[in-house]
Amino acid sequence: MRTRVRGAGLLLVAPTAALALALAVACGVLAVTGANPIATLREALTYGLQPATLVAIVNKAIPYYLAGIAAAIGFHLRLFNIGIDGQYRLAAFAAAVIGAAVALPAPLHLALIAVVAVIVGSGWAAIAGFLFVRRGVNVVISTIMLNAVATGIIAYLLSPLRLAQQAAGSNNVTTATIPESGWIPGISTSAGDLNGLLIPALVVGIGYWLVLNRTTLGFEVRALGLNGRAAAVAGMRGPRLALLTMAASGAIAGLVGLPQLLGASHRFGLDFPAGLGFTGLSVAILGRNHPAGIAIGAFLWAFLERSAQVLDLAGISREVVTILQAVIVLSVVVAFELVRRLRERQERRYVAAAIEGAPA
Amino acid sequence: MFLRTPRRHMILVWVVGALVAAACGGPAAPAPSFLGTVAPPARVQQVAVAYDLSGRGDGGFNDIAYNGAKQAADELGVEITEVTAKLDDTDDDRAERLRLLAAAGFDPIIGVGFTYAVPMQIVAAEFPNVHFGIVDDATVVAPNVQGINFSEHEGSFLVGAAAGLTSETGIVGFIGAVKIPLLQKFEAGYVAGASAANPSIEVQVTYLSQPPDYSGFGDPPHGREAALGMYDNGVDVIFAAAGGSGSGVHEAAALSGNWSIGVDADEYLIAPEAVRSHILTSMLKNANVGTYQIVMSVAAGTFVAGNLTFGLANGGVGYAQSGGFVSDVKAQLDAFAAQISAGTIVVPEAP
Repeated sequence: MRTRVRGAGLLLVAPTAALALALAVACGVLAVTGANPIATLREALTYGLQPATLVAIVNKAIPYYLAGIAAAIGFHLRLFNIGIDGQYRLAAFAAAVIGAAVALPAPLHLALIAVVAVIVGSGWAAIAGFLFVRRGVNVVISTIMLNAVATGIIAYLLSPLRLAQQAAGSNNVTTATIPESGWIPGISTSAGDLNGLLIPALVVGIGYWLVLNRTTLGFEVRALGLNGRAAAVAGMRGPRLALLTMAASGAIAGLVGLPQLLGASHRFGLDFPAGLGFTGLSVAILGRNHPAGIAIGAFLWAFLERSAQVLDLAGISREVVTILQAVIVLSVVVAFELVRRLRERQERRYVAAAIEGAPA
Repeated sequence: MFLRTPRRHMILVWVVGALVAAACGGPAAPAPSFLGTVAPPARVQQVAVAYDLSGRGDGGFNDIAYNGAKQAADELGVEITEVTAKLDDTDDDRAERLRLLAAAGFDPIIGVGFTYAVPMQIVAAEFPNVHFGIVDDATVVAPNVQGINFSEHEGSFLVGAAAGLTSETGIVGFIGAVKIPLLQKFEAGYVAGASAANPSIEVQVTYLSQPPDYSGFGDPPHGREAALGMYDNGVDVIFAAAGGSGSGVHEAAALSGNWSIGVDADEYLIAPEAVRSHILTSMLKNANVGTYQIVMSVAAGTFVAGNLTFGLANGGVGYAQSGGFVSDVKAQLDAFAAQISAGTIVVPEAP
């Protein structure tokens, strides 16, 4: 009983220690660059906690969250899906082209766009899954390559000669704008509109948790991730699960571009945000693959990104924020590893004590 | 129409007036749509420049844009600040960047790059008394926004002609940083110029990266490899419209004993001694002219909303003569320049 209480305490110690360490490093970096750490952090906090900023932070966190879930799905099988970036960009591009080409009643239109995004995202990820299962190609390598291929495909098709257009006087190239029936309405608050994708994103998080913890499939995935050989002996089909996991990861990755596409820009262009997939990997690590943890990680990340804007103005290089983010991820990993070892030792001691105490 | 401020800052009025008049005079330059609607004069206290991805220190366009604003700020004795974008920025992030600058009292605020178009349209309406400028975009329509555009295709035409007239193999090359319309404008002008000078010329074209990968702007080794490949193919002049990667192209030119052409700045003046003798000329894009005039015009109360185009006719673009390597063909280049300014040659803007 006492061990269990101490275990729960340890679980809280890890993230707290990680955050404290990150803050200490941040203060150190700020001091070295000649800024006043306390004043700077206060300024960032004051700005970050304004209602309008908070709304913007939540909006920014939504794609991070979806990308984090997509990454976490792969992590359970130790599949490092670096291709989330290519998957969501290709999915958003395809969804934008098809969404702009049709006119449907609002719910159908939105559903069609989302389905296209999911299919393209999962299909693109499944290529890497298939190569892994059939040919043993490392997923890290294949997904990196597929990112480059996705970039090439988009660059080829996103041209006034093919599926895009260039407005007179503009240097941007965009797909046609999706008609209003394909826009997702915002959730209005007194401090501004929350992106309408917030609720679907939360549903995705809950669905992820349910599938993983309340279904046979989820059990098999977890078992396979923890001990592949034992799972295989128990009759679980590893390759099939790996392919499925990659496809599922890609399907969620396909949604990452939708908050921007459906809720803000309504078109895909050269200015479409890129690099969200890599943030997703960090956010999933921060959140320990747990949907609530990933939500916290996504929010923290978005908070840092958004607060960086005032730092820029205060003459503090925004790279300080990048350093801070890296330190947080590293310290979370280290802190949890330390806690894991501590627990292991405790368990060993407990078992040893139990054996010694028991009659031979 | 600029005579609303007849007495003060006559020189500035004249400068801006001349620029606008010249812009209107050139056939390729559409008249600014908001000409005459001058926003309330403001005292410039702080100047802000917001960059797109490649940001400052690119040794090219962003630095030149900064230099113009900096020069103006120095002359006025005011503060200047700069902020940079990130790859995963949304329009909302960029809008917030502009909003924070406006709320902090910066005026004018200059956005460098077309990605600021949509955000600026929003924020300019929120701060009607703040002056905004956007470089490389002509789509923002507001009474307090000035679009600053360059006829890069015209300058590129001239260096293309220089390449066509200089090439002995009859094959010239173009290396662009990233395959985006802005740089394809350089390509279109270059190809047209080379063909005008030598109808049988062959032009090889390549880009170092594709969006959203903007590494092509700052990857000299990549530029060097691409250039060496072209020189191996018989190309003997390469136009490097590749930002910081251009230094790799110049290096390759020196290594293989061929010519290269610089971009934005007069690269002969900034290149290392060893490669200078291989830089035939440079396509000058005087972004500093645009950013300088916008700051000064706000200070003078002569700010004009609408789109200004800086082309050959008003010194916004041109070709460099440092080193004297184009002195043999200068007469022909100047003849082309005169024809472009007069409208007898219309340079294409897209390949």
